[in-house]
Amino acid sequence: MSLPSARTESFLWLAQRISAMVLAVCVTVHIATMIIAVQGGLSAAEIISRVGGSRLWLGFYLVFVTAVAIHAPIGLKSVLREMTALPMRRIELLVGLFAIVIAALGLRAAFGLYGLGGQ
Amino acid sequence: MQTDQISVSIWRGGEDGKYQTYRVPRLESQTVLDVVTYIQRELDPSLSYRFACRVGVCGSCAMTVNGKARWTCRTHVSRVADGGAITLAPLRNLPVVKDLVVDMAVFFDKWEKALGSFVGDQTRDQALAAVSPADPRRREASAGIECIGCGICYATCDVVDWNKDYLGPAAMNRAWTLINDARDVARLPRLQAIAGDNGCLGCHSQQGCVERCPKSLNPTVAIAGLKRESMKAALKGELS
Repeated sequence: MSLPSARTESFLWLAQRISAMVLAVCVTVHIATMIIAVQGGLSAAEIISRVGGSRLWLGFYLVFVTAVAIHAPIGLKSVLREMTALPMRRIELLVGLFAIVIAALGLRAAFGLYGLGGQ
Repeated sequence: MQTDQISVSIWRGGEDGKYQTYRVPRLESQTVLDVVTYIQRELDPSLSYRFACRVGVCGSCAMTVNGKARWTCRTHVSRVADGGAITLAPLRNLPVVKDLVVDMAVFFDKWEKALGSFVGDQTRDQALAAVSPADPRRREASAGIECIGCGICYATCDVVDWNKDYLGPAAMNRAWTLINDARDVARLPRLQAIAGDNGCLGCHSQQGCVERCPKSLNPTVAIAGLKRESMKAALKGELS
C-alpha cells in the first residue's frame, strides 16, 4: 500500500491546524453576525443590503470558504481512514472531490451575493 | 463488603474462545495475579497466562480486568471486584495466543519501526557524555524513561483499534526519550519514521494511555512533543 510521504502528511496536518485557527475567528464573526442580523427578522433583502457589493464581506467569505475547503477534507480523510476499510487511494480521491465541491459551492455563494449588491 | 469467595470469569481459548467461570477463595491483600495463579495451580492447570516478577517491574502480567487494561500483580482484588465478581480477558488490540496470553510481537515490532533503540556514534575510548540532570531535554527524556513495556497503553488506545498500522503510545514515548537523548544521533531518521498518520500525527489526544499507564507516564505529552519536532523538521525541509 502506497501511503502519502511523511512530508505530505506533515504539511496536511499543519494546514488543518492553521485553517482551524482561521476558522475559529471566521466562525465567531459568522455566528455573531447571524445573531445580530436576525434581531430585526431575517429577509433576503436584508442579507443582500449587508453583504451585496461589499468587498469587505466578499474578502471575509473568500477566506472563510478557503479555510473550510482545506480543513474539512483533511479531517474527513482521517475519519474515513479510521472508520472504513476504504483503500487510501480511494479516500484521497473522495476527499479531493469533497474539497472541490465545498470550494465551488462556497465561492459561488460568496460571489453570487456580492454580485447582487448595488443593483 | 467482603465475601468468602469471588466469581472469576476468564477468557479461554484463542480469538474465538469463550468465558469460563471459577470460584476462588477471597483472601486479604489478594491481587488479581494471585487469583489467576490460584486457578491455574488448584483448579485448572491448562490455564495459560504470563507473569515473571510479581512486583510491577517486568510488565508481563497485563490483562483486561473488568474491561480495563491493568497490571494484575499490582492490582488488588478489593479495588476492582465488582460485587465479588471479576472478568479477565487478554489485552485488546493484540492477537490472542491462548487464554490470557497475547502475541506481543506486533507491539515490539512497532518500537523498532519507530526507531526505538539508541543509536550512538561514540566509542568506548571516548570520554563519557556529560549530561546535566537539569537539562530541559534530559528532563523530557527522564519523564518517559520508566516504561516497562507492558502494552497497557497500546491495548487501551482507540487509534490502534481503528488503524492497525498506528505505532501506538509506548513506541512513540520511547522515540521521544531518544530524540531528547543528547548522545543519540538518529533524530532525523526517527522523525521520518514517526511523522505521519500512522505515527504521531494520528494521535487524537484522548489520553487513554495516560489514564491507564501503571507507571503514571504521559505518552500523550511525548507524542505532542513529536508532533512539534515533526513540524519543525517538515518546515525546514528535512522530511521526505
